[in-house]
Amino acid sequence: MSQDKSVLLNIKNLIIEGYSDEKWVGIVHGVDLTLHRGEVMGLIGESGAGKSTIGLAAMGFTKDGCRIGEGSSIEFDGMELTTTPESDLQSLRGARIAYVAQSAAASFNPAHKLIDQHTEAPIQYRIKKRLESQEDAMELYERLRLPNPKEIGFRYPHQVSGGQLQRAMTAMAMACRPDLIIFDEPTTALDVTTQIEVLSAIRDIVDQFDTAALYITHDLAVVAQMADVIKVLLKGNEVEEADTRTMLENPQDDYTKSLWAVRDFKRDQKPRPSDDTALVTVKNVDASYGDTPVLHDVSFDIYRGMTVAVVGESGSGKSTVARCITGLLPPTKGEILFQGEALPPDYRDRTKDQLRQAQMIYQMADTALNPKVKICDIIGRPAQFYSGLHGPALKNRVDELLDLIELDPSKYYNRYPPELSGGQKQRIGIARSLAAEPTFIICDEVTSALDQLVAEGILRLLDKLQNELDLSYMFITHDLATVRSIADEVVVMQYGKVVEQGPKDEMFTPPHHEYTDLLLSSVPEMDPDWLTTLLDERGTDSTD
Amino acid sequence: MGDIAGIVLKRLGLGLITLLVISIIIFGAVEFLPGDLAQAVLGQGATEENLAAFRKQLGLDRAAPIRYFEWLGNAVTGDFGNSLVSQKPVSEAIGERFGNTLFLALYAACIAVPIAIFLGVLVALYRNSVFDRVANVMTLTSISSPEFFLGYILILFISVKWEMFPAIAKIDDGMTLMEKLNRTFLPALTMVLVVVAHMMRMTRASIINLLASPYVEMARLKGVPAWKVIVKHTLPNAWAPVINVIAMNLAYLITGVVLVEVVFVYPGIGQMLVDSVSKRDFPVVQACCLIFAATFILLNLAADVGSILTNPRLRHPK
Repeated sequence: MSQDKSVLLNIKNLIIEGYSDEKWVGIVHGVDLTLHRGEVMGLIGESGAGKSTIGLAAMGFTKDGCRIGEGSSIEFDGMELTTTPESDLQSLRGARIAYVAQSAAASFNPAHKLIDQHTEAPIQYRIKKRLESQEDAMELYERLRLPNPKEIGFRYPHQVSGGQLQRAMTAMAMACRPDLIIFDEPTTALDVTTQIEVLSAIRDIVDQFDTAALYITHDLAVVAQMADVIKVLLKGNEVEEADTRTMLENPQDDYTKSLWAVRDFKRDQKPRPSDDTALVTVKNVDASYGDTPVLHDVSFDIYRGMTVAVVGESGSGKSTVARCITGLLPPTKGEILFQGEALPPDYRDRTKDQLRQAQMIYQMADTALNPKVKICDIIGRPAQFYSGLHGPALKNRVDELLDLIELDPSKYYNRYPPELSGGQKQRIGIARSLAAEPTFIICDEVTSALDQLVAEGILRLLDKLQNELDLSYMFITHDLATVRSIADEVVVMQYGKVVEQGPKDEMFTPPHHEYTDLLLSSVPEMDPDWLTTLLDERGTDSTD
Repeated sequence: MGDIAGIVLKRLGLGLITLLVISIIIFGAVEFLPGDLAQAVLGQGATEENLAAFRKQLGLDRAAPIRYFEWLGNAVTGDFGNSLVSQKPVSEAIGERFGNTLFLALYAACIAVPIAIFLGVLVALYRNSVFDRVANVMTLTSISSPEFFLGYILILFISVKWEMFPAIAKIDDGMTLMEKLNRTFLPALTMVLVVVAHMMRMTRASIINLLASPYVEMARLKGVPAWKVIVKHTLPNAWAPVINVIAMNLAYLITGVVLVEVVFVYPGIGQMLVDSVSKRDFPVVQACCLIFAATFILLNLAADVGSILTNPRLRHPK
């Protein structure tokens, strides 16, 4: 591959420490990394593995409150970054090492036009004059296949879609033609269909300019498409490194193998109970935010004990359906039936019992749990409110719920949410919804903020609870792997309409609706040739 | 841009309604005071007959709502009635005084706002440094000292010891602008010292608040120098809270400077308000209150519009 090329980045024994609780704690514990010119290395691992920290360190940068430890060496093109003064490091950044952040929407300054942010570095370094740099930006926009490359730069970030912003940010990173680009989860926040466009754009431009890159991600299938070499990290330590094909076909370490195996969890599809009426029926529902219509004639049924996955890209109206069912957003037309009876459209008009039946679990357990309230009160409040439990009975119920979500009551009863990990917080979210003794739970992207291993644990738990308590789930997700593992029925939504629905096995076997097909084929696969093959296939029938 | 015009019109309408409500409160408050105009003019010794006759002459025997609308109708055209003390039209007396107050406020604002923002940016740039702490302590000291105290200190040093600026800020129409600026420098400086700290600290806080945002990190990773990160990448997004604090301080400069006026014998509206309250000169009190209320509402409106204009999402809709 690029073994014949010279070494660009050579990191030796990288130690990074963060300051917390009045002492320095290790985040990265002595990682080595060698990157050649023009080579793309994938850094993968779960959150807390130190991948982003290493990526930033390659620019001689640490987040506030962090420092590079003694004995570390970061050599970029013969320059030792750990001893280089800050002002010299600054002139390296943007010019020779560039950075592409996870959320382009948050990383573009809302107050300036895209092109002004693009030309900032070249003008700063006197590499190009403003006009020259603007022309260059337009050319890069064109190469990255942005629509209207001549005009799009003169828009403000909020006027451009997420996928386009991510490409504009890649263009911005290219502005000074750097030797190295750090990509920090550039497609994690995007829909699968948009992800493909961004991935292929990034891959092409890195190829064209022969730029070296560190590609940081937690998604193995994505890294398989992008990287020449993969390095697996765990809690600030290297697990193993190998070139992409070897790593995929023959992982050595147990941890790597377990990462590879995550996508294996699959539950058999349950049939609809034939004699029963549906537990929840969404019937011809239209809804709008103000004057903007978001749902058009949405109908589907959820039967007792079953899981219905509602899939679609952002903006397809998935979460809006949940708001209609819970009564947070009264539909403008149509109705929500519960066991055959129409529910009042506004939650304020529903009885306590009707409210109790339908509960929600949210995507961000971090923000959905009050950080100042103890676990026992978070779970105890709904138990008290809906079941009127007090004193020892309430404590018993909370213990029971903690047992259900597989957290030891004696350890977690009196703790606060910030002391818990992401997966544990999500479990508390589940317990809180169970406290009301519902028959129906809406799970809104409950695993998308979690690492794959943790997410799998949550899915298994939800499955177990469904079997024990005969629950029905409405599973809102954009992740088709999740759908494959847990759903019985699938509803595909696009632009506020249901485009296709049916049992899971049917949905995953062709023929599909055009849009379902697009969604399914866009899910990255572990095959390193997947993206190339797919683009070749699509190249023939799509004009973009 | 049509959106912004709509928002501004809506705010303006709300402001007018607020002003109307305030006018009712002002009128009502004076109405509820023990004793009335007649009593105030004729004094404690007046007989019932005299009072009744005088009330009739002033139209005070009519129902309150009728008098309210009459007062309001006249006020809208700039006629606040006659002062009870001088018997001259209130608007005449107030007009000149209010002009003086505005002049002093504007003078102080022109010095204070740029200094506050400049210092705010500097302390944000050198946050937690010695400079930051010194600036903090000094501005806090000046905001915590009563303004009359600050005024006297300034008079002692700048006027008496160093003889740089006059201690008495009496101005009249015959003076040139430079003369006026020279005369009123000390009261303006006193007010600057009082308001600068608040605005500076808000600028600092609002900038530092944004330093953790991803686009600031991005700018740093692009190699943008630290001062440019602050000025170009945070300041444009930090305006909204700063503008509101500026508006509050401007309102204070106009309506809260009685003490400074007294110390420097400045013929502003604050002193007039105090005088007329002690003399029970109700028409003047009412007029002053209404003008103060309008000032507050207008400045807050300006702040709202200012915050809206700094929001790129509203300035450049999709």
